[in-house]
Amino acid sequence: MALSKVWVHAELTPEGNLAPISLEILAKAREIADTVEVFTGSDGSAVAATAGAHGATKVLATGDLSGKLQGVHVAAALAAAIEAGDAPDLILAGTTYDGRDIAGRLSVKLDKPVLTNNVDIDVTDGIVVTTPIFGGTQLVKTKFAAGAPAIALFRPKSFVAEESGGGAAEVTTIAVPDTGAAGAAKMIDRHVEETTGPKLDEAAVVVAGGRGLGEASKFELIEDLAKSLKGAPGASRAIVDAGWVPYSYQVGQTGKVVKPTVYIAAGISGATQHMVGMKGSKNIIAINKDPEAPIFGVADLGIVGDVHKVLPKLLEALQAR
Amino acid sequence: MNVVVCVKQIPDPADPGALNADHTLKRDGKLILDESDSYGVEMALQLVDKAGDGEVTLVSMAPNGEVSGLRTALAMGAAKAILVSDDALKGAGALDTAKVLAAAIGRVEGADLILAATESSDGYTGTVPEQIAAILDLPSITFAKSVEIADGTVKVQRQTEAGYDECESPLPALVSVTAGVVEPRYPSFKGIMAAKSKPVDTVTVADLGIDSALVGWAGAGQEIVAVDAAPEREAGEVIEDDGEAHLKIVEFLDGLKVL
Ligand SMILES: Cc1cc2nc3c(=O)[nH]c(=O)nc-3n(C[C@H](O)[C@H](O)[C@H](O)COP(=O)(O)OP(=O)(O)OC[C@H]3O[C@@H](n4cnc5c(N)ncnc54)[C@H](O)[C@@H]3O)c2cc1C
Ligand SMILES: Cc1cc2nc3c(=O)[nH]c(=O)nc-3n(C[C@H](O)[C@H](O)[C@H](O)COP(=O)(O)OP(=O)(O)OC[C@H]3O[C@@H](n4cnc5c(N)ncnc54)[C@H](O)[C@@H]3O)c2cc1C
Repeated sequence: MALSKVWVHAELTPEGNLAPISLEILAKAREIADTVEVFTGSDGSAVAATAGAHGATKVLATGDLSGKLQGVHVAAALAAAIEAGDAPDLILAGTTYDGRDIAGRLSVKLDKPVLTNNVDIDVTDGIVVTTPIFGGTQLVKTKFAAGAPAIALFRPKSFVAEESGGGAAEVTTIAVPDTGAAGAAKMIDRHVEETTGPKLDEAAVVVAGGRGLGEASKFELIEDLAKSLKGAPGASRAIVDAGWVPYSYQVGQTGKVVKPTVYIAAGISGATQHMVGMKGSKNIIAINKDPEAPIFGVADLGIVGDVHKVLPKLLEALQAR
Repeated sequence: MNVVVCVKQIPDPADPGALNADHTLKRDGKLILDESDSYGVEMALQLVDKAGDGEVTLVSMAPNGEVSGLRTALAMGAAKAILVSDDALKGAGALDTAKVLAAAIGRVEGADLILAATESSDGYTGTVPEQIAAILDLPSITFAKSVEIADGTVKVQRQTEAGYDECESPLPALVSVTAGVVEPRYPSFKGIMAAKSKPVDTVTVADLGIDSALVGWAGAGQEIVAVDAAPEREAGEVIEDDGEAHLKIVEFLDGLKVL
């Protein structure tokens, strides 16, 4: 049973393009619904071509919201559109900062639950989402039982983005009703951190370091190695909490989900909350001095050894090529 | 300055999690203060301290009249707590939880600011704080990595994918804070002793004026249809470093054509 209509959050990158998470979800939305439309808390024209190429026929746009927060305003606009009779069967977004805010506000307006952190969805017998729990060791399947529209949020990298070759989507405005006191928060300024090299969640190679590095200065080994492999450096939460590297480096349940061609874990034990963010990597190499470290349970190549010995030699060998 | 902090009491995350036969999370052992919420408690204490007046009130929803986690937060310095405990809440989803917490927050007079963590450690939907704000019709700023109050305004650095946004909101407002926003204090011996006699108001769903048929399993609007073991990843080759293991890695990478 395909759904008749699905809405997908068109989330924007700082550069104003459609974010990878939205493209991923669009690929799945196309598969489960006859009509796919996207909604955005922006003027919409910048995403019409890409959204169309990925299967959306319409862009529901609130118009420019700069200086305002997305959650409360986008949710108010969606709720008003739904009240006016334009209800979809299902509303999809990423488990992202704005995705969660929009879904939270909307769920109250519609008095419907939100199912979060999903990795898959099936509509053959009702709308059923799959969610990993306990660090991804078990998968829960949950069915919506509150009537349409259902609201579901997905972890990044749950689906593979793919163009469908459609023409540009048609941009329609959805009005934002007065949000009153609830809409009073403002966004004053945006700070974008400088980054060089590929992004952690897009890189083909990720080299991640953990507490086994011993001290903050040793993270340089990880960065050098990542650079020589044209990859991105990542980290366990232990060393993010210790202040060695910024939060944006964190891989895992409360950090980023990565699925690179190769993930190298150096001095990382392999806690379930770490593994849930990297277990989907195509190949995993682990270096740890403890032969019992759980990370070896998922590694394609495991090296029982000292990172301070193995990493410098590896770096030298790679640089010599 | 009166601050309300939502604090969740959860099974110790160090213990392996387990589900009951009805697919709810096992919460029958001792529950502890979710570490994620210790940041909100600390933030609240610092803001009240700086303002020079007011107090910190905790609200929590937990089964079996559980107060262990609340006592920890009271020992850190919070003044009092409201606990909602009711068998009708078994199986509650995030939206039900938000309805219950919002009603409990409504009992606190003159709240200027409501704090929660961005996501709990056990359920981590990360939607409850924004849902509470929506129910109370309050402005909100989520994912705060820094919080300051000046002239009736809360100023927040909101974490984003690419850095952070500088945001502000008039009070009253709700703010959800990330781990690391402040360094939570350890309760002192004096604090632990004092916490034993601080007031904890335990209420039921009916006390809050909520129809118990609309929350918990009854109101969740979601039904767990299966719980399966995830496919396991096969472990590969594990070798002991004999001084040449790096060559093995180079060879492996070569085979994948990433060099
Ligand atoms: C709710 C919650 C959410 C969490 N979210 C995340 C998350 O998103 N991401 C995350 O990573 N963690 C997360 N954690 C934390 C997680 O449980 C672990 O504490 C953390 O991943 C451990 O980091 P680590 O592997 O670097 O440190 P440790 O567990 O201390 O492991 C260090 C490893 O280094 C090895 N080692 C030591 N010296 C050397 C050496 N010289 N050479 C080689 N190996 C060496 C040791 O054998 C050990 O295995 C979360 C925890 C909770 C409760
Ligand atoms: C693995 C798992 C997955 C789940 N998935 C979903 C889902 O997709 N949808 C759904 O509706 N329910 C879900 N639930 C149920 C949900 O966890 C509970 O309803 C819970 O009461 C509230 O959600 P949370 O812990 O995810 O809150 P979050 O939104 O992650 O919590 C953020 C903050 O809100 C405050 N808060 C949350 N709960 C309480 C409380 N009981 N007392 C005081 N403060 C609190 C705390 O400050 C907390 O840090 C799930 C439960 C589990 C165990």
